[in-house]
Amino acid sequence: MAKTPLQFQHNGRDVAIFVDGGTNLLVALRELIGDMTPKFGCGQGGCGTCSVLIDGELHLSCLTLAETVAGRTVETLDGIKDGPNLHPLQRAFADNFAAQCGYCTPGMLIAAKALLDRNPQPSRAEVVEAISGNICRCTGYEPIINAVLAAASGGRARA
Amino acid sequence: MPVTVKTFTSTNEAAAALSSDRSARYLGGGTLVMRALNEGDISISTVIRASDQAMTRIVTSGARIVLGAGVTFARILAERDLAFLHAPARSIGGPAVRNMGTVGGNLFAPVPYGDFTVAMLALDAVVSVQGGLGGREIGIEEFLQSRDRQTGVLVLAISFAKPGSADAFRYRKIARIKPKGGAVITLAAHLPVNGSRIVGARVALGSMAPTPIRARAAERALEGRPLDTSTINAAAAAAVEGTSPGDNALASAWYRREIVGVHLRRLLSGQE
Ligand SMILES: Cc1cc2nc3c(=O)[nH]c(=O)nc-3n(C[C@H](O)[C@H](O)[C@H](O)COP(=O)(O)OP(=O)(O)OC[C@H]3O[C@@H](n4cnc5c(N)ncnc54)[C@H](O)[C@@H]3O)c2cc1C
Ligand code: FES
Ligand code: FES
Repeated sequence: MAKTPLQFQHNGRDVAIFVDGGTNLLVALRELIGDMTPKFGCGQGGCGTCSVLIDGELHLSCLTLAETVAGRTVETLDGIKDGPNLHPLQRAFADNFAAQCGYCTPGMLIAAKALLDRNPQPSRAEVVEAISGNICRCTGYEPIINAVLAAASGGRARA
Repeated sequence: MPVTVKTFTSTNEAAAALSSDRSARYLGGGTLVMRALNEGDISISTVIRASDQAMTRIVTSGARIVLGAGVTFARILAERDLAFLHAPARSIGGPAVRNMGTVGGNLFAPVPYGDFTVAMLALDAVVSVQGGLGGREIGIEEFLQSRDRQTGVLVLAISFAKPGSADAFRYRKIARIKPKGGAVITLAAHLPVNGSRIVGARVALGSMAPTPIRARAAERALEGRPLDTSTINAAAAAAVEGTSPGDNALASAWYRREIVGVHLRRLLSGQE
């Protein structure tokens, strides 16, 4: 079957690939572009570890038909760091022991970034809500919530 | 197996393509279609999309509200004029699912999903569909009753009269896992009042049958009466009548039958 050409912006860079019909964005990112930061967990929308930002909005790449991102921007964990420097969220996750096996971490960071981009000083309840589509099987949610609150602007998060 | 993706700028062409191919599926937000493809569902060999702007329009200016089938729950949450629909929209999935899932897709979502549709049913919504031969409007109840036969039609929009007062529309989703669990049951009620009496009561239930259904016996108990304790008790006692819930991992059919009246009483009496 013929492949379809697809162009979009991936972490600030233009990419052009060919996809099979029905390919999801997660497969396109990992297998065709080589960005391994979005993880495959369930392929059903249930775990959130494949989360990416599409035009700045949080989406599940495993449930996104790759062709639908034509001409749009896709941001993954690989794109959130500032050159060699860690993003404040990445630093806060390290400082607050918010990762153990790390499997959920890319999705958690992307979901947290989607929140902080929109609301730099979220309440605890807003952080809980923002990561409610992401499952962590090891660290547990408390250190993750604390890390997001710590990273929120100047660490002055509301209670 | 790869599928063929067909994108149309016109809804007419998308509808024609959808109605002429039994293995074609329309792609709304994709939260259910892509899951099926990821799981290797071989009944889908064509995916149809429509990029027509009409699919994503929201009209709130008149007495009737129109939501394009492609409107996402996140869009509804961003509309101040749709504040009465924020509770149903917010009750669906996590933030990513709300950014992707659409009101059109929700009409087809199997139990335990279809939470937004329960709200639409309580608001007596009308579904605008486009088939191979033209467009028509169907009452949402009739649409849901014949849902299995609607697979070849394209839903364009859903519309309904704006509730007269903020208190007239009520919604509640009962879930064990918060903030994101699937529904044990979902309830919505529209109770317009004339003087002190309810006129045109609508009560809709999710996860109490294979599709969202009206609780007609409860509606009869409310109709023409003031919303006082005895009316609420009568409606709560009648809530289970005509339901046929199933067992799933979230709750048993028995449990659903036991609690539906309890939650309808709480919804009607405004208890948390
Ligand atoms: C993790 C997760 C959590 C979820 N939680 C909830 C929840 O709490 N409550 C809930 O109600 N749902 C939930 N859902 C289910 C789903 O996201 C929603 O029901 C959503 O509204 C489906 O819309 P969609 O546009 O993504 O559908 P799609 O997957 O695009 O489509 C679903 C079905 O509808 C058909 N369809 C879609 N649009 C049209 C149209 N315009 N015309 C004709 N046919 C159409 C498709 O062909 C397909 O058969 C959840 C899903 C996931 C993955
Ligand atoms: S892999 Fe996408 S949500 Fe689990
Ligand atoms: S750190 Fe292992 S899944 Fe979250």
